[in-house]
Amino acid sequence: MPDRHAFDAKGTLRFDRVEILRHGAPLIALDEKVEPGGVLTVMGPSGSGKSTLLNYAAGFLGSDFTARGSVHIGETEITRLPAYERHVGLLFQDPLLFPHLSVAGNLLFALPSWLKGLMHRRERVEKALEEVGMSGFGPRDPATLSGGQKARVALMRVLLAEPRALLLDEPFSKLDRDLRSQIRELVFAKAKARGLPVLLVTHDHADAEAAGGMVVEVRQAE
Amino acid sequence: MLKLAPSLTLLLLIGPVAAGLAGTILPAFGYFPALGGDRLSLSAFASLLATPGLWTSARLSLTVGLGATAGALAITVFFAAAAEGTPFFRRMRRLLSPLLSIPHAAAAFGLAFLVAPSGWIFRAVSPWATGFGQPPDLLIVHDPSGLAMMFGLMAKEVPFLFLMILAALPQTESTRSRRLAVSFGYRPVTAWLKVVLPRLYPQIRLPVFAVLTYATSVVDVALILGPTTPAPLAVRLTHWMNDPDLSLRFVASAGAIFQLGLSAAAILCWLALERVIIIAGRTWTVSGRRTHADQFAAMVAKSAMTIAALALALGLVVVALWSVAGSWRFPDALPASLTLKTWLRHLPDAATAVGTTVFIGLPVALVATGLALACLEGESRKVTVVSPRMLALLYLPLLVPQVAFLFGLQVLLLWVGLEDTPGAVAAAHLTFVIPYVFLALTEAWRSVDPRYGDVATALGARPDRVFWRVRLPMALRPVMTALALGFAVSVAQYLPTFLVGGGRVETVTTEAVALASGGDRRLVGVFAVLQMTLPFFGFLIAGAVTSLAFRSRRDLKISH
Repeated sequence: MPDRHAFDAKGTLRFDRVEILRHGAPLIALDEKVEPGGVLTVMGPSGSGKSTLLNYAAGFLGSDFTARGSVHIGETEITRLPAYERHVGLLFQDPLLFPHLSVAGNLLFALPSWLKGLMHRRERVEKALEEVGMSGFGPRDPATLSGGQKARVALMRVLLAEPRALLLDEPFSKLDRDLRSQIRELVFAKAKARGLPVLLVTHDHADAEAAGGMVVEVRQAE
Repeated sequence: MLKLAPSLTLLLLIGPVAAGLAGTILPAFGYFPALGGDRLSLSAFASLLATPGLWTSARLSLTVGLGATAGALAITVFFAAAAEGTPFFRRMRRLLSPLLSIPHAAAAFGLAFLVAPSGWIFRAVSPWATGFGQPPDLLIVHDPSGLAMMFGLMAKEVPFLFLMILAALPQTESTRSRRLAVSFGYRPVTAWLKVVLPRLYPQIRLPVFAVLTYATSVVDVALILGPTTPAPLAVRLTHWMNDPDLSLRFVASAGAIFQLGLSAAAILCWLALERVIIIAGRTWTVSGRRTHADQFAAMVAKSAMTIAALALALGLVVVALWSVAGSWRFPDALPASLTLKTWLRHLPDAATAVGTTVFIGLPVALVATGLALACLEGESRKVTVVSPRMLALLYLPLLVPQVAFLFGLQVLLLWVGLEDTPGAVAAAHLTFVIPYVFLALTEAWRSVDPRYGDVATALGARPDRVFWRVRLPMALRPVMTALALGFAVSVAQYLPTFLVGGGRVETVTTEAVALASGGDRRLVGVFAVLQMTLPFFGFLIAGAVTSLAFRSRRDLKISH
């Protein structure tokens, strides 16, 4: 386990001449950086390789793909690390709360192990729930939550793991319009407050506008 | 370690089959130095062919096997066509696990106790409808044409083929395809047969072949329900193999090779039949006819399915009743009194047999499930691949008749001094248990969204933690079911236990089958009840563990 202070360091998320190929053919390329608290939005139609880019940064590139270049957070080149040591927070379209764990169980799973003592850990989880207006929801079965509640728990789960950057794979696309803007604001506010660089992948212009940062458009791969 | 799991699994599957076949082929061609056979010759085959009634035995094995397989497949396919999506279908689906967990021998006893001239069906309708005061003089069980055996096998294979169809249905987009065809004016059953079956059948073809091989070479069901003068081929081979006259082993080995050819011939017949049906089916599919006695076909299919399930269930009730029956004269439908005398008298033997069965079945199920999990977790971590070819190879022990390689295996174990030990029996069971455990687990494991693992990894969990805390608990239900199924398959093994254990390793199944010829229904009842309750308890415990673990987890509860 790396030193805990390594997680605290805020850093720039930098894609250094990244190019991803599928079966040897170029799919997507990116050479950009995102400052702490900033958002970089990658827009494009489905099949353009946006999610692949995100999988690459998170360490889940499929065997059909090869990649060149590197991804850095601060001074660390994360593409050299195994996925579980990269400390990037991933949010998908679906909240993917573990169905076999309670809400609190999901959050406890994410808390780093250096935070010792069950009481202490539970307090931390309760505080996280409070932060998103869900006090007392700890013992609940994730299946009983509404869409918005699930999205909030998923966000807090990611944040409790103390990521150094957030990777968002169209996380708002399955929410209805009102909820969508609400959750979107929440995510960006939390990221900003924690000084996390965010890479957002979407095909929705409203998401890109709300994010407010730089937008990179990618085209359908040939 | 995970990298080695697929190779180890294949070794455990192919090793015994290959070694066993070699151990069968050599004596078949006269080579067995311990018995004085040190020169290759064809004399064993000559003796085999000169055996009286050999061709009758072979014909019986072939017709019973083909008939039972065709019947079971027709019932399940038409039932799926007629009932998919209905509450009746869902009810049958729920009955599936208990029906599947009944060992073949117990099911055969149940059927025998139902349809015999002194069986429960005649009792229920006598004397008021038949006038019989005595059991009629009819040869129903052990009938010379093997009909009782064929129907027994048919009823028992229906749940297995139904399970295979259920597993394959999601990939056929059955609901949407049928709706589309119905929107063109096709009646539902015709629509299903025309647009779903052609996509479904290729996926259940290997299981169908496994059923065919099994039905052409089965021993325990044949001993309980099959003809005796002469018996089907596999039964006669088993007798020769265990004959005190050791020279008969050469003939038995030649017979085992003959059985291998016979089962292969059955598959060839089936392939020819398939061709004919496919060609006719293609013309029929594009003929534009929208209905073919849909309602009648639906009614027949549903009735046949109900009869098969009812025969299995009712047979077991009658078996259980016999085990506690006091005096039960013909034509009384129920025993005059109930007593635990038979149970108490045979408790020590029964306890020993139960102990041996569990002692073998539990580790076998655990090892098989562990291997399957290691292979699948390796696949999840992308260090290994469980390829479709490997999954097809899983069927190997089910596609080679048991007698054909168990003989050789027995000879080899004798040679290395490991014969007649529970360990050797467990190893032989493993070969038959692994395929079922893999079949039960693979799809369920793969259906867990891989992104859960990604999320856990991104949260900082190492691969082992992701396995123990996320993937394994999420797949707890199929894992427990696979364990219970593995245990059930081990409990039901007759021939591997009998041959590899040399008659000295006595499980509830070998004991029950040994009692078949004795005619003591009460005692048979005791062992048949034990035989079916052990797997049933396995499934019960598996279900209880998952329900307890997921008692407050709605998304992981079974939805009907």
